[in-house]
Amino acid sequence: MTVADIAAAPTTVSGELARGRGGGGPASKRTVVAYGFWIFILSDIVMFACLFAAYAVLSRNTAGGPTGRELFNLRNVFIETMCLLLSSYACGLGALSAERRQPVRFMLFAAVTFVLGAAFIFIEATEFARMIAEGAGPGRSAFLSSFFTLVGTHGVHVTGGLIWLVYLVAQVITKGLRPPVLRRLLCWSLFWHALDIVWIGVLTLVYLMGASV
Amino acid sequence: MNGHDHLYDRTPGVEERESTASYSSYTVGVGLAILATIASFIVSQTHLLWPPGIAVGLVVLAFAQIGVHLVFFLHLGSGSDNTNNILALAFGVLIVFLVIGGSIWIMANLKENMMPMNQMMQMHY
Repeated sequence: MTVADIAAAPTTVSGELARGRGGGGPASKRTVVAYGFWIFILSDIVMFACLFAAYAVLSRNTAGGPTGRELFNLRNVFIETMCLLLSSYACGLGALSAERRQPVRFMLFAAVTFVLGAAFIFIEATEFARMIAEGAGPGRSAFLSSFFTLVGTHGVHVTGGLIWLVYLVAQVITKGLRPPVLRRLLCWSLFWHALDIVWIGVLTLVYLMGASV
Repeated sequence: MNGHDHLYDRTPGVEERESTASYSSYTVGVGLAILATIASFIVSQTHLLWPPGIAVGLVVLAFAQIGVHLVFFLHLGSGSDNTNNILALAFGVLIVFLVIGGSIWIMANLKENMMPMNQMMQMHY
């Protein structure tokens, strides 16, 4: 773009100019908010990458304690994976219903998302309790310390996401599907999809590689 | 929505055209993701793949599934309206690979070159 182009650019917002790229004014608030949240999610994934790296380095150091092959129950892991995946699906459909201003449909999909997410957390908590009861708690070996840190951090994120969802549903009930509420819902759905992506990494690196034949 | 959509930056996580096609995008995505998950379990629990190649097969399936999630759930595409989102993602992926790959590389090297622990203990005397 030359100086002459800049001088010739109209000052009013025009449909022909790219908003957020210098010509037509700033990008819409929705785009700015979601982009900022996208950056946060990527930083969160970088934090998970550090925990993945720690697990990858320490996973063989079992200090004579139980290995992943002995501890992991793949049937439960498969159910957990499906819960989280279908929860992500329901979350996407719920976000779409919210965009189309269909509050009842949104509530239904939000309820399905919540129930599936809560089922995931319940199974994970039961597994953790069983492992600790068997003497395979986080203090047993470097492998188990890194396992509980990685999988536990993911579980804490999912729990936080569920609490956030309850809070957002309350906002939809009291305030309706207004633009600020829709922006928050968009951020939440990005968060929920991102947690499912992190779970693919956990499933592959921790469970499937740890218990492969 | 009209002809000059591409002039706007795409909001992450939002489809450009909120049409009936969006529901099917999520449905196709969840179908592909379930297939990839089942394939991962089969690869890890059977001898379908040559055993030393199982880890590679699992990683390939995981990347495939992450791609499905990014395209069908987060609606990331290659269009010019998505450039900022993709660039941020590319930077994130670079850091993730540096951290994970670098850690594994360095620690494997250390393990290879370090004196065994029982010999190291004797060094103190």
